[in-house]
Amino acid sequence: MIAAQLPILQVVLPLLAAPVCVLLRRGRLTWVLTVAVTWTAFAIAFLLVQRVLAEGTISYAIGGWAPPWGIEYRVDVVNAFVLLIVAAVGAVVALAARASVEREIAADKHHLFYGAYLLFFTGLLGITITGDAFNIFVFLEISSLSSYVLIALGSDRRALTAAFQYLVLGTIGATFILIGIGLVYMMTGTLNLADMAVRVAAVSETRPILAAAGFLTAGIGLKLALFPLHLWLPNAYTYAPSVVSAFMAATATKVSVYVLLRFMFTVFGPVFAFDRLPLAQILLPLAALAMLVGSTVAIFQTDIKRMLAYSSVAQIGYIILGVALVNVTGLTGGIVHLFNHALMKGGLFLALACVAYRTGSTSIEAFRGLGRRMPLTMLAFVFGGLSVIGVPLTVGFISKWYLILGAIEKDWWPLAGLVLFSSLLAMVYIWRVIEAAYFQPLPDGADGATATAPPPTEAPLSLLIPTWMLIAANVYFGIDTDLTAGVARRAAMLLLGVDG
Amino acid sequence: MSPSAAILIALFAPLVGACGVALAHRWPNLRETVTLVTAGLTFAAVAGLVPEVMAGGRPETALIDVLPGLSLAFSVEPLGMLFGLVASFLWIVTSIYSIGYMRGHGERNQTRFYACFAIAIASAMGVAFAANLFTLLVYYEVLTLSTYPLVTHAGTDEAKRGGRVYLGLLLATSVGFLLLAVVWTWQLAGTLDFRPGGILRGTAPAGLLGVLLVLYLFGIGKAALMPFHRWLPAAMVAPTPVSALLHAVAVVKAGVFAVLKVAVYVFGVDLLAELVSTRWMSYVAGATIIIASLVALRQDNLKRRLAYSTVSQLSYIVLGATLGNAWGAVGGAMHIATHAFGKITLFFCAGAILVASHKTEVSQLAGIGRRMPWTMGAFAIASLSMVGLPPTAGFLSKWYLLLGTLDGEQFVAAAVIVVSTLLNASYFLPIVYAAFFRRPAEAGGGHDHGEAPVSMVVALTVTAVGTVALFLFPGTLLELARLVVGGSP
Repeated sequence: MIAAQLPILQVVLPLLAAPVCVLLRRGRLTWVLTVAVTWTAFAIAFLLVQRVLAEGTISYAIGGWAPPWGIEYRVDVVNAFVLLIVAAVGAVVALAARASVEREIAADKHHLFYGAYLLFFTGLLGITITGDAFNIFVFLEISSLSSYVLIALGSDRRALTAAFQYLVLGTIGATFILIGIGLVYMMTGTLNLADMAVRVAAVSETRPILAAAGFLTAGIGLKLALFPLHLWLPNAYTYAPSVVSAFMAATATKVSVYVLLRFMFTVFGPVFAFDRLPLAQILLPLAALAMLVGSTVAIFQTDIKRMLAYSSVAQIGYIILGVALVNVTGLTGGIVHLFNHALMKGGLFLALACVAYRTGSTSIEAFRGLGRRMPLTMLAFVFGGLSVIGVPLTVGFISKWYLILGAIEKDWWPLAGLVLFSSLLAMVYIWRVIEAAYFQPLPDGADGATATAPPPTEAPLSLLIPTWMLIAANVYFGIDTDLTAGVARRAAMLLLGVDG
Repeated sequence: MSPSAAILIALFAPLVGACGVALAHRWPNLRETVTLVTAGLTFAAVAGLVPEVMAGGRPETALIDVLPGLSLAFSVEPLGMLFGLVASFLWIVTSIYSIGYMRGHGERNQTRFYACFAIAIASAMGVAFAANLFTLLVYYEVLTLSTYPLVTHAGTDEAKRGGRVYLGLLLATSVGFLLLAVVWTWQLAGTLDFRPGGILRGTAPAGLLGVLLVLYLFGIGKAALMPFHRWLPAAMVAPTPVSALLHAVAVVKAGVFAVLKVAVYVFGVDLLAELVSTRWMSYVAGATIIIASLVALRQDNLKRRLAYSTVSQLSYIVLGATLGNAWGAVGGAMHIATHAFGKITLFFCAGAILVASHKTEVSQLAGIGRRMPWTMGAFAIASLSMVGLPPTAGFLSKWYLLLGTLDGEQFVAAAVIVVSTLLNASYFLPIVYAAFFRRPAEAGGGHDHGEAPVSMVVALTVTAVGTVALFLFPGTLLELARLVVGGSP
């Protein structure tokens, strides 16, 4: 029965397709394979969500070895939702990849690119689906290593230093996570997360467990780019190939947030993490600073990719804020923002890919006059931007609604104000781009006859359609929130152990 | 036609019209026909709702639930009926006027102009018929965003600067204060529906509710309460039809309309009367009335003078809402309509003067009344309405507002209205005097010109006549305004 094998297929399909890509060696063919595999994975993720919502948690024992001895894949509402995010964005970005990759990456490396892309995809899905702590680490390394490759493929030479910087920091993060997992294993004798959760309660007062919580928090914090551990992120997003930025920005940090949620809420439990340990007191100020500093720094960027990268730092602050509120409303906001932020940043980075495709640059100068030259691309950017700001009827509003409500429920007024203030800062940095696109003349037009390159025209449909798929989702899920907010709420209740 | 269908037509006809305008961009005559037909259809749909609302019905319809309990829903009550009627009727007149103005003035990007205009009207209808705060907020923001391209229509640096102030202030206040207030209301009351008598009574201590009121009044930046009024003068870089319909009627009235809605249906008039901050906010409104009038006195640019006059007049309505009694609310509601007719006439005249004579400053207008008798005649009538003299509509709303101040024994507010009347007279009537009784300053300076294009003159005559007609036949208007507070005064 194929339906029973869905959890393993989710990971194995892209994992096997990756070496096939390398063997095929033909750029266009590997792209077709990548699209086919990512869309199949998307379909699987969708089926898994449906099943989890209908039947409850799915447990899948790899090779028939019963947990906790064998590796267990365990899908509940929380990670089914994250799987859906990763698979959806991975599939849509894969569609856009052909045009953008042909423009930005040398032809003889295309098959390697798609191989790395699928490995990265596999790693993210693996981290999310597995119920085994060591397995998390393995997939974390798969995704990290392939992401270094993907970033280093960027056409700018600074992509290499960006990749190296991420490699150093990412490795530190992964090592911390490994130490954390090792310590918990030492005290509980199990690597199965569910089993760990049962056994850790008996030893929760011991020093190794406390140390493990510390290592895990810091290590995951690095991977999810929690301020001030975000230093790798702006360079990585800026210099990576356009589609890689879109995929990473939308998914990589989200999966790390999921790991944090899994360890703190499922393994350690909210009581231990937030009452015994001062986790909220650590996360809250960092989240607040991330929102404030990230948005402020974004305003002063001249490269729009870097601007969006800093905006991501701020948006991660929103998500962590939702986690640190530790009430159902706040956590719902954080989890739904995982999804919503993936949509808005995926769409925006793809719009940037369109701009880079036509102008070869993502600096604010390149945007001058594009409102007329590339109307559909810029309209997509406007909608994505409105979603970042959090205008009603976009997904950004839904997240903000829950976060503010969660803060008010706790009587944390300054935080509610901060969320709003941060969205005002978002308005400033988004509007800089919009003014450049709609009110400034084309850079060539100013010089008159000296123009050498023809003025840019609208991006090709193969880029525009994926961009608009994500942008349209920004509006659709801003209006119909049954899937997103509904599932996020169930996930939050599951994590907090509250019965609906 | 069922009432809920009429609501949907009023909401979506302008949107469909906007698409039609965009499609017909190659054929200007067809494009303008689409605008006019859409405007007529929208008004017909709105007007069709009047009998039922007057009879006490509250036609309603719902679109979707965005979050549990948070839905896009519409319900027509008397105040929304009033605002919807005024906005949709004046859209027809403005469309006629726009055709003359945009062509006479040789504006570019006319398709974008008409399309955004239609979207703005659709959002104004959404604001008017919103059944809850969430729906109001949604359309409020769409209104801001859809009018931004209209404000920056000229595309010049000045337009860009104006647009920045416009968008910056309106979005900052609505995101910073209004959204917070709405979320807070949701948390306190568990609902965002507009209900007669309010939804907040007894949910929190009076002090907190007072803070909430302040958040609302400053958060609704479109009401232009000082110190968040600067977007309105900044918006005057827009083409005159935009200033006329949007920045004298749809946008600003959406603001004060929201203030009245919040006052009457979220707080409730009785609760307002108990809050300390109500009194303080009425002082802020009073100060805005006086200060804006003083600033208007010093403006030589005609449109800026009108803009500051609007800032001042809008605060009449806020003052009415914060008087905390039924008379004030009725006066405020009526002022939405009476000020709309008067001010749109004045802007129409300013645009007509611009198109015919290319003059923008008050000091250039000496003797212009002889060349443009219809325009300046309409200007004179509308000025009287601004001052609040019979036989014009402005007298009615001012009468009720004054009754409200006396009923509440708020003599400061009464004094504000009296002083403001004098100020209004002193910055409008000299224009009228100079236009008719002074000789043109320089003999050879101005070129020879007559009246503005016919469609513009027709439009401004219609609204000027409307100003007088509202005074002579105030029946429907008065009835609707009284129904807002349950028909008590």
